[in-house]
Amino acid sequence: MTITSNSSITPATFLRRWWPWIAIIAAALILPFVLPPFRLNLLGRFLSLGIVALGIDLIWGYTGLLSLGQGIFFALGGYAIAMYLQLDSLEPGQLPEFFGLYGVKELPLFWQPFNSPWFTLIAIWVVPAVVAGLLGYLVFRNRIKGVYFSILTQAALLVFFNFFNGQQKLINGTNGLKTDTASFFGQMVGSDAMQRNLFWITLLLVIAAWYLCRWLTTGRFGDALIAVRDDEPRLRFTGYNPTAFKTLVFTVAGALAGVSGALYTVQSGIVSPQFMAVPFSIEMVIWVAVGGRGTLIGAVFGAVLINYAKSLISEQLPETWLFIQGGLFLLVVTALPDGVVGWWRQGGPGRILAMLGSSPATATYPGLDLDPEVQAERRAIESRAIAEETGAREIGGEP
Amino acid sequence: MNVLLDTLFNGLAIGSVLMLAALGLAVVFGLMGVINMAHGELMMLGAYTTFVVQNLLKNGPLEGLFPIYILISIPLAFLVSGLAGLLLEKTVIRRLYGRPLETLLATWGVSLILQQFVRSVSSAFFIGLVVAVALGLLVPRLLPAAWWRQRWSPLLGVGGWIGAMVVGIGLAAALGNQRDLHQPWFSARNIDVTAPEWLQGSIDVVGVTMPTARLFIIALTILALLAVHWFLQKSVWGIRIRAVTQNRPMSSCLGIPTEKVDALTFLVGSGLAGVAGVAVTLLGSVGPNLGGNYIVDCFMVVVLGGVGKLLGTVVAALGIGVLSYILGSGSLLLLWPQMPAALNETITFFATTSMAKVLVFILIVVFLQFRPAGLFPQKGRMVEA
Repeated sequence: MTITSNSSITPATFLRRWWPWIAIIAAALILPFVLPPFRLNLLGRFLSLGIVALGIDLIWGYTGLLSLGQGIFFALGGYAIAMYLQLDSLEPGQLPEFFGLYGVKELPLFWQPFNSPWFTLIAIWVVPAVVAGLLGYLVFRNRIKGVYFSILTQAALLVFFNFFNGQQKLINGTNGLKTDTASFFGQMVGSDAMQRNLFWITLLLVIAAWYLCRWLTTGRFGDALIAVRDDEPRLRFTGYNPTAFKTLVFTVAGALAGVSGALYTVQSGIVSPQFMAVPFSIEMVIWVAVGGRGTLIGAVFGAVLINYAKSLISEQLPETWLFIQGGLFLLVVTALPDGVVGWWRQGGPGRILAMLGSSPATATYPGLDLDPEVQAERRAIESRAIAEETGAREIGGEP
Repeated sequence: MNVLLDTLFNGLAIGSVLMLAALGLAVVFGLMGVINMAHGELMMLGAYTTFVVQNLLKNGPLEGLFPIYILISIPLAFLVSGLAGLLLEKTVIRRLYGRPLETLLATWGVSLILQQFVRSVSSAFFIGLVVAVALGLLVPRLLPAAWWRQRWSPLLGVGGWIGAMVVGIGLAAALGNQRDLHQPWFSARNIDVTAPEWLQGSIDVVGVTMPTARLFIIALTILALLAVHWFLQKSVWGIRIRAVTQNRPMSSCLGIPTEKVDALTFLVGSGLAGVAGVAVTLLGSVGPNLGGNYIVDCFMVVVLGGVGKLLGTVVAALGIGVLSYILGSGSLLLLWPQMPAALNETITFFATTSMAKVLVFILIVVFLQFRPAGLFPQKGRMVEA
């Protein structure tokens, strides 16, 4: 913060420039000690969902690829950390409990590397990224896009769901892997102190992910992504290869989803194939749509907002949630295509206020725009201009 | 030999349900480029129509018609689902023309609403809903015309609907205190449709046991296929639908009412979903989640079959049906007992219904590497490959 030493910046401008960060830091310091542990845990979970939403914003909001299969990568990240935690809390030579139920005597080969914490930390984002890259490459290479892409990602999701659901002997099938009783750096993962630390880690990673996405979307790479979204054939004819851009951005989104899934798993205490259920992945898309696609911050905002609303409403009136969710899908798509953040940035609240009769929306100088005399003059100038234009046309365009 | 025939028959039966379900989806997708995620829920509406028809005919003045209730419910299910689809097209899909991804999300929203509607609809709920819709449509006409010229007139429309909703919910809640009005019609539990007696037995042909219900479904599928084929190839509206599928702007220039064509196609496609719903009730109990079990498979049929040709849907549906049955039931092992050990192990690994799905999907993705536009792509030159 060397900027404060610069004498030309007053406290007021400093506040105006940095208020979001001040608010975030204040919230990070205060909330863990104000909220009850249950609510703090919920907030942490929803923030971690914000990371997968950021990835969806990258591929959908900027690149125009609607993936209905982000749950695959989300769950892969979750499984990676859960496998490590399962192994970490064991005595040497022991096997996780569930293996005994299915008569497995030896640790399956692909479990072995998860004994190492460093491998796990890398696997959390590399494994989903590799799967996403492969899937993306196979699909994009054939120029499969639009609705076809959405359907294929959904089908892939169902395939992974079936696979993880059916393989009891490898990853405990439907029951999933529990993490809350495991220990992590000597502390129980489910304990309040650990959850508070996880909340801070989540917050830091959300900010890091947001920076990464912003960095990706502001430069030339971001321009290429938007070009893919708006007119892909034209980009191709200009000599670029859209496949590379699309595969790369899909890989990044997959990695983000993996990180998000790992954070969500340690905060919710379990990972199960339900993370790959078809409705959950579509829900992720609606967080981004409500927050505002192509706005990045809207994705995080939407994820936290919708999930908080969901948990509150499901506690009180469980039957109404599906109605509300379905209504949200319809409303956002038909009335708010740019989401809440997009609507806000385009001056939506001002328009509503103007309709209600408080000061109408003004261009630059309210004092001038609202002065009746100035208004009258402006109308006179406009009508003269129109008269001249139409008059000139009647003459036949002579100078 | 028997094993082979048995496998083929069962695969055919699975494939025919799939075909019936995917037929409507394929027609709509080919014409409008719209993926209807609520297609499975329209099937569910058809299934529930069958349930209602069965219960109405069981103990009523029309008891004599009970043995053929399944035949009666076919046209009724077509109508119910078709009209629901028409409503969907007129209110939502029409607004989203040319935005296929948004349509996908919107129809998913509709599917959620339909699922929950079936779970929680009761007399009180229904009355509240009807009152709310009536108020929402009527009140704007009763308001003074001068209000609509005000700056805040857009808020008036939104506020009107919110007000109507509040009144409807309040009415439903008030009526809900009455015990008999509060009772949900279907509730979240599964419903059972008992097949009529003439569909409960089975026929033995050259040693293969064929349940009559499955034969009925196959016959229904063939009939539906023939009807759709005749409709698309011979009727005037069918020719218009094909014209719009091939070239929308040109058809419009030649005076074909494309909006009507869209609405009609959506009605027919949704109606076919309803007929598929009738067929599904014969296979077991059905519930509000019925749609989710079929929708992804139907999409795979459409993707694999390609757009614009019925033959593609037929071949893809039968192919997926037979293949997943062969793999899932493990009958390959019976057909070829002296298979090499490595292959045997692989096939045993995939020999469950869900694992067969995994393998079939992988095969489809591999196939799309060679033929990205499906089995029977439409010929023509386009920038968008």
